[in-house]
Amino acid sequence: MTPDAHIPDGPLKDKWTHYKNHAKIISPANKRKFKILIVGSGLAGGSAAATLGEQGYDIECFCYQDSPRRAHSIAAQGGINAAKNYQNDGDSAYRLFYDTVKGGDFRSRESNVHRLAEVSNAIIDQCVAQGVPFAREYGGLLGNRSFGGAQVSRTFYARGQTGQQLLLGTYQALSAQIGTGKVKMFPRTEMLDLVLVDGHAKGIVVRDMVTGEIRSHAGDAVLLCTGGYGNVFYLSTNAKGCNVTATWRAYKRGAFFANPCYTQIHPTCIPVSGDYQSKLTLMSESLRNDGRVWAPKRKEDCAKAPQDIPEEDRDYYLERKYPSFGNLAPRDISSRSAKEICDEGRGVGPTGLGVYLDFADAIKRLGRDVVEERYSNLFEMYHNITGENAYERPMRIYPAVHYTMGGLWVDYNLMSNIPGLHVLGEANFSDHGANRLGASALMQGLADGYFVIPYTLGNYLTSQFGKKRPETTDPAFQEVEKEVRERTAALLAVKGTRSVDSFHRELGMLLWDKCGMARDKAGLEEAIARLPKLREEFWKDVRVLGVGENLNESLEKAGRVADFLEFGELMCRDALARDESCGGHFRIDHQTPDGEALRDDENFSHVAAWQYQGPNAVPTRNEEPLVYEEVKLATRSYK
Amino acid sequence: MNFTLRVWRQDGPETAGRFEEYPARNIPDEASFLEMLDLVNEDLIGKGIEPVEFDHDCREGICGTCSLTIDGVPHGPGRGTTCQLYMRSFREGEVIVIEPFRATPFPILRDLTVDRGAFDTIIQSGGFISERSGSAPDANAVPIPKTIADLAMDAASCIGCGACAAACPNSSAMLFVGAKVSHLGLLPQGKPEKNRRALSMVRSMDEAGFGNCSNYYACEAVCPASIPASFIASLNRQYAVAAAKETVGATL
Repeated sequence: MTPDAHIPDGPLKDKWTHYKNHAKIISPANKRKFKILIVGSGLAGGSAAATLGEQGYDIECFCYQDSPRRAHSIAAQGGINAAKNYQNDGDSAYRLFYDTVKGGDFRSRESNVHRLAEVSNAIIDQCVAQGVPFAREYGGLLGNRSFGGAQVSRTFYARGQTGQQLLLGTYQALSAQIGTGKVKMFPRTEMLDLVLVDGHAKGIVVRDMVTGEIRSHAGDAVLLCTGGYGNVFYLSTNAKGCNVTATWRAYKRGAFFANPCYTQIHPTCIPVSGDYQSKLTLMSESLRNDGRVWAPKRKEDCAKAPQDIPEEDRDYYLERKYPSFGNLAPRDISSRSAKEICDEGRGVGPTGLGVYLDFADAIKRLGRDVVEERYSNLFEMYHNITGENAYERPMRIYPAVHYTMGGLWVDYNLMSNIPGLHVLGEANFSDHGANRLGASALMQGLADGYFVIPYTLGNYLTSQFGKKRPETTDPAFQEVEKEVRERTAALLAVKGTRSVDSFHRELGMLLWDKCGMARDKAGLEEAIARLPKLREEFWKDVRVLGVGENLNESLEKAGRVADFLEFGELMCRDALARDESCGGHFRIDHQTPDGEALRDDENFSHVAAWQYQGPNAVPTRNEEPLVYEEVKLATRSYK
Repeated sequence: MNFTLRVWRQDGPETAGRFEEYPARNIPDEASFLEMLDLVNEDLIGKGIEPVEFDHDCREGICGTCSLTIDGVPHGPGRGTTCQLYMRSFREGEVIVIEPFRATPFPILRDLTVDRGAFDTIIQSGGFISERSGSAPDANAVPIPKTIADLAMDAASCIGCGACAAACPNSSAMLFVGAKVSHLGLLPQGKPEKNRRALSMVRSMDEAGFGNCSNYYACEAVCPASIPASFIASLNRQYAVAAAKETVGATL
């Protein structure tokens, strides 16, 4: 079947305005009758809860963290894009839209991306009004920088802590609503399943992570704002708790999972140093504005100290290969180039998996104080982790899993194919295509929550007038609750020999190897064959100690890893079925002679929306064609 | 490297706690403190002992979840969060004492995990600027001097970890509250609610059971976000003005 994206008619630039002018509106008196369940409290969930609460809806918001202020949006460093054109450098909503579609390697939905670019400016206004202390110039106006492959300066930032400041703005807006009682907040509460009543999403089953209580919540609509699935690789820049469980459970209840193979590998992370390692640390790619990426030209020089390698023996490979974008080439391209260098044996550092990011020229050009002003917190972080001083010797960096463009399929209303189930932020698939541009994740999360869902939710809710919200005593709830209890009990009952982490690590290594920065048919097939065995072993041999009725992190992790073990297979299936290269999905069997991604627009200009068919059955791959009215498909070139 | 850990274990909020001793063997010196605990936990799971529960999430020093008191100091030696502490900061063979953040308003949930919901309650009482989504003027409509914006950013850097209250002999949360009151009060957008904010946040803090500041500066010494204690002075000033106005019945 072809899922219907419900894209409004009319010229691209007028679609959203037209939609808003004709959107169904719910009166204030009726808004309070609707209860909305929002899972996740990051930029998308937090901003949706704050805005919908303030509009009068009855909101329940859930997060696994101990406070909504800790959602992983907080870790974004670099910035947030908006088409303000405050720098008078030729920016516009159209250009932001075009850059985003091109950056996504022409695999995103035009209408959604255009809307994102249109609302981008309102986000900045909103954040400033909330007290987000963005960087400013001496005259008091907002500062901007060029970021992540953009040729204009459209990125707003708050030192290296933009995500933190935006999330705290959202958290404060959310807190105001919690204070007035419009939003009821449930921290340390994890969604473990979705409840459908007559085919509509009407509730969730959660586990209280302190008492272990498993209970249901009923609502008139459910919003999943639960982030990405990067932790399927075990090592990633995601927080340790980030997981796929909410979206995966929704998938198993019938929601389509779109483009799971689109994963973003961030080029500037601190290299892995050993197998004890629990996570990878990202260094903001804003560093690439002033740092120059290089590797030794000759393998023999790799072991030398960088300052002993003379200028003529250094290969500034991004500047060499992409003269017009240079060190600012998009993430997928920069990451792959670093991998190629290391594959050639020219990597640096103890593992040979690293390249240099050098600030010597920037310090010469700008002075150390300017470099400190721009990046001091990042330099400190690097020093803290590696013990090296990046003012004196170049940083070592290597790509790491960072963001996932795939997610639950949604239409223009941000509603999945399950009526009532809406998906916002990184958890959906819609705006970034096969590769996300830097400083666009924060933009999308806040756009969805502050400015899109408040308009589009009414479209669904007006269809529910006169229908009574089901009670949690409804048999549909009882049934799902029972399944969740059984599953939790099953994890505790295995009593095997291996820890949850050991399985997670094994899964991660397999996927990084076969479905990471470079993929091929044979490797993907091998992973698809191995994953069911790993799952079987997990359910036979995992050791989860303790009980369900207490705070038990091993149990939480076990449930998440069980889902990752299933999800990983879908990711590989998607990567195998997408027999082309595009953006972050690089198939080594599809590349141009100079090693760039080779798209196949004729056969793959579509969204793959996977449909669950039951345990052990091969899922169905539905296609939503991507129709480009405004943008002409072109080979993405950053040369 | 090898260490001996003395770890606080407590089965639940209502049960008595105790110290248990565990060896930490063959720990790489480039491992973080939490990675060292991961390795010890793997070891415990192997022996059939329930792993030590501790809060952690981003492991890059920004989310404020991790909250261990190490050898009596919240977040341990050095200036960052617990997750940004590396084992090379310890001596071979050292005995390391690990406890939860201790402050009466932070009840222990299990082992090293505490409930810091009191901080959320304080923010809910007034730690925000009231604005409606979509009603904001253009972001450049009100210029803000760079020095003011920078100072507000210094205050806004607070990660809400609670180390300040855990380090304070009075369990005072005034560095936390002072940082938020200063961040929002410095900005033109936050001025309209300045007095109300100071009053309600201080009252909420008192209600939660946090003590008063008596100038030990232990908070500043352990703050991983380097929030200076001068923001406490700013809080005192804002509160005094607001309380005086309230007392004489002036408009807040």
